[in-house]
Amino acid sequence: MSATATSPLPGKRGPGTAQATDQSVAVSAKPVTWKTPVMLALLALVAFVFFGLMGPNQTAEFGISTGGDFFQLPAVEVPAFLGGIVLSVILLGLAAYAVFLKTKGQAAPAWLPITFTVLFVTAFLIWVVGGARTPSISLAGLIAGSVTLAVPLVFGSLSGVLCERVGVVNIAIEGQLLGGAFTAAMVATMTRNPFLGLLAAAVAGAVVSMVLAVFSIKYLVNQIIVGVVLNVLVSGLTGFLFSTVMQANKAQFNSPVGLDNIEIPVLSGIPIIGPILFKQTLVGYLMYVAVIVVWLGLFKTKWGLRVRAVGEHPQAADTLGINVNATRFWNVTIGGAIAGIGGSFFTLVAIDSFTKEISGGRGFIALAALIFGRWNPIGAFFAALLFGFADNLQSIVTIIGTPVPSQFMAMLPYLVTVLAVAGLVGRSRPPAASGIPYVKG
Amino acid sequence: MVRVLKLELRGITKRFGSLLANDHIDVVVEPGQIHCLLGENGAGKSTLMNVLYGLYEPTEGEILIDDKPVSFRGPGDAMAAGIGMVHQHFMLVPVFTVAENVALGAESTKTGGFLNLDDTRRKIKEISDRYGFDVDPDALVEDLPVGVQQRVEIIKALVRDARVLILDEPTAVLTPQDTDELLDIMRQLKSSGTSIVFISHKLREVKAVSDTITVIRRGKVVGSADPAASTAELASMMVGRAVSLTLDKAPAKPRERTFQVKDLTVIAPSGQHVVDGISFDIARGEILALAGVQGNGQTELTEAILGLQERVHGSIMLDGEELLGRSVKDVLNSGVGFVPEDRSVDGLIGTFSIAENLILDRYDQPPFAKGISMSPAKVLENAKTRIGEFDVRTQSGSLAAGTLSGGNQQKVVMARELSRPLRLFIASQPTRGVDVGSIEFLHKRIVAERDHGTPVLIVSTELDEVMELADRIAVVYKGKLVGIVPAGTGRDVLGLMMAGISPEDAAPTDTSHADKLPAENGHPGTDTPETPRTSTASAEGGDHV
Repeated sequence: MSATATSPLPGKRGPGTAQATDQSVAVSAKPVTWKTPVMLALLALVAFVFFGLMGPNQTAEFGISTGGDFFQLPAVEVPAFLGGIVLSVILLGLAAYAVFLKTKGQAAPAWLPITFTVLFVTAFLIWVVGGARTPSISLAGLIAGSVTLAVPLVFGSLSGVLCERVGVVNIAIEGQLLGGAFTAAMVATMTRNPFLGLLAAAVAGAVVSMVLAVFSIKYLVNQIIVGVVLNVLVSGLTGFLFSTVMQANKAQFNSPVGLDNIEIPVLSGIPIIGPILFKQTLVGYLMYVAVIVVWLGLFKTKWGLRVRAVGEHPQAADTLGINVNATRFWNVTIGGAIAGIGGSFFTLVAIDSFTKEISGGRGFIALAALIFGRWNPIGAFFAALLFGFADNLQSIVTIIGTPVPSQFMAMLPYLVTVLAVAGLVGRSRPPAASGIPYVKG
Repeated sequence: MVRVLKLELRGITKRFGSLLANDHIDVVVEPGQIHCLLGENGAGKSTLMNVLYGLYEPTEGEILIDDKPVSFRGPGDAMAAGIGMVHQHFMLVPVFTVAENVALGAESTKTGGFLNLDDTRRKIKEISDRYGFDVDPDALVEDLPVGVQQRVEIIKALVRDARVLILDEPTAVLTPQDTDELLDIMRQLKSSGTSIVFISHKLREVKAVSDTITVIRRGKVVGSADPAASTAELASMMVGRAVSLTLDKAPAKPRERTFQVKDLTVIAPSGQHVVDGISFDIARGEILALAGVQGNGQTELTEAILGLQERVHGSIMLDGEELLGRSVKDVLNSGVGFVPEDRSVDGLIGTFSIAENLILDRYDQPPFAKGISMSPAKVLENAKTRIGEFDVRTQSGSLAAGTLSGGNQQKVVMARELSRPLRLFIASQPTRGVDVGSIEFLHKRIVAERDHGTPVLIVSTELDEVMELADRIAVVYKGKLVGIVPAGTGRDVLGLMMAGISPEDAAPTDTSHADKLPAENGHPGTDTPETPRTSTASAEGGDHV
């Protein structure tokens, strides 16, 4: 009965099985769409017309060093019109290359959209600064500010990464940030100790997360709905406590002791990267640590392998003796604690008191950063930086007085979010079981 | 020598609510044996194995290993006791590499919990070399063909020192060649001391490898059988009555070729040509069976005929009319009957009643509808007739279709599609997951439709079914037509064709009729089904079940 035994042409068998072996490879090939080339071409055209042809005739000046640096670098001066033309022509070239690749049925390599984005942003900066009343900004300040604004976003998106990697959609990042911010303010005021405030923020975030975990994992309530409800709940609760308790007695409940900058000698004096890496508050340093720890944990450890398996194929994990729902519960809880720490940034670092809705929708931007960063802690970190950059640019540019209406500049962070998530980098693939409750049997 | 286990299940009973899935089952797996659990779909084999593997807790009964009772609270306990399982639907994480999948749950680590995948790679290589698996530890599982994925599952179990390996319907997803290789692997495992519990309903395979056969029917052990017993004996034990395994079917009397597919190409959203330049035609009163391993374009081909695919090129002619570019409703109304491959997804609405499911395609036509109102009485009346005619086992037509067994659900779908005058009948996997008794009935209905003068297209991944029903057999591989061969072509030739080898190369060289077989991607219009059939059949006959 066996074909192996009876086949009169044994030589033919080899190629046959070889062909059978690669049959599913072709099926899983990624589709090549027109989305990226078309999008790049449109953006390049916009750059050419606005930043190039209609570019301002001043010289844009970018300061590199700040007064505190231990050596000084001269500022970079760029003739805005020429710079705009040159950069936008390169952009057109990149877009044309992407179109060319598409006609040959190939996808654009990863470096292309990244280079494109960097050049586009540079062209945009030259255009905005060159057209301003004071055509000069401090690049160092711009970047340092971006990192600062990105801190809660990074923590928020790490929370999202931890939850989604294990199969739970965390829409409640906003609530976790807000809960963390409120609790940090309250505890740091009452104990006069910012470190206890930080700890309390982590606990508050974890508590919000536990509610999400219990309802979505144990009671199988739709995760999106629980998340949205939690956001509303936390917002209402903190708002109520703010107006009834905090405002009535500000000195007793809402004047937290902030976290100080910890400056590392010498290193903090390096231009540009000094202030970013070596002149941060405890929360800022924790951010770097958290990104690295979560990345190492997820991709290099036993814990991470199990976590990812639970988020991709919970049944497979179950058949290997991994407790799916317990893994989910603890991951979601840890995620909440991380977001809570991010929330403490608002009240212990950025502003010295709590106000209603202090997180201002950043939880949702963090959600976008996590998707843009493709569910990878490092990707999410850079995505958050991009959003922080857009946010900071908006305020700086308004200060130096550009001809662009400030309302448009205020749209910038959200515009960047939409463009980024809509797929400048192509289709991203979430963990397969994200959002799907696991029921045994 | 490795430790060998004796495994005993004693009085295992498992209830799900009112459903008794296992009823006091006793099975003893002797060390170093291949023990087959033979039974139909839904007989309770998988439930029993999930109890053994610790996924379900038994309602009653106990598991004994080396005569000592054990209790498993989860798969972890079962694995620790030396039991490994390869599930029917593979339990592999598609985006992980082979090494990551094998490591999962039994990770080797360095200090600090960091993974030591090198150690896992070494273990994979060891096992891979010992059994000739040829598995790359760093390949992504989703890129591997099913046959290799199955080996990864076996490696997973062996890395955990499984002494008893449960294989749940392992051949369902394999080509005939892969199946033969798997049977060899099973023999090899046995000789190295691993006991195997082999779950199957395929008699040919069971007879080929088993040392002991336990037959299960409706959750009960009905007896054990000798592997030397005839297939007819085994089948009647499994079904509980005598079944005829061969279909009484008169030779086809093909008339005019009314259905023609020419250069049909279907492009998937990924840009891949999932159906690539396929041409064939079917005569009235003839059954053309489309054979091939799952996922070689069969689904897309039938969907293209029905108008469910978006990017289709070529031509599909029925009675001189072009079907391509028309809406699904239009195609159905022009007399195309279609049984989709997955009845629970595309064939039925589980929460609708049987009666409603029976008129899903004609709900807006008389006598069921008048203007904007429907006539429930007529719908029920129709259901009564169809249920009787197709022997659907149910108490009432107003019960939800989802409550029926697989075989009865399929009868409902078939009853709906065959209850109007047809000019073309397409059935995809007409008997997948259907009990043997119903298979017999469904096959008879398909043949009756042929004898009624309808061109019939059957798509099946079961070679037995193809060989049983077909008047001609078309084999597809990677979206291309490998060739069209007459009924009676041997199992081994078809098997090779399913791996993409052209019929000339696949056919035995000593057959002087090889030159009469149609060329690859040939023009089937030039070969009449009568010419080579008898000759090839005699050369290859006697091979199938």
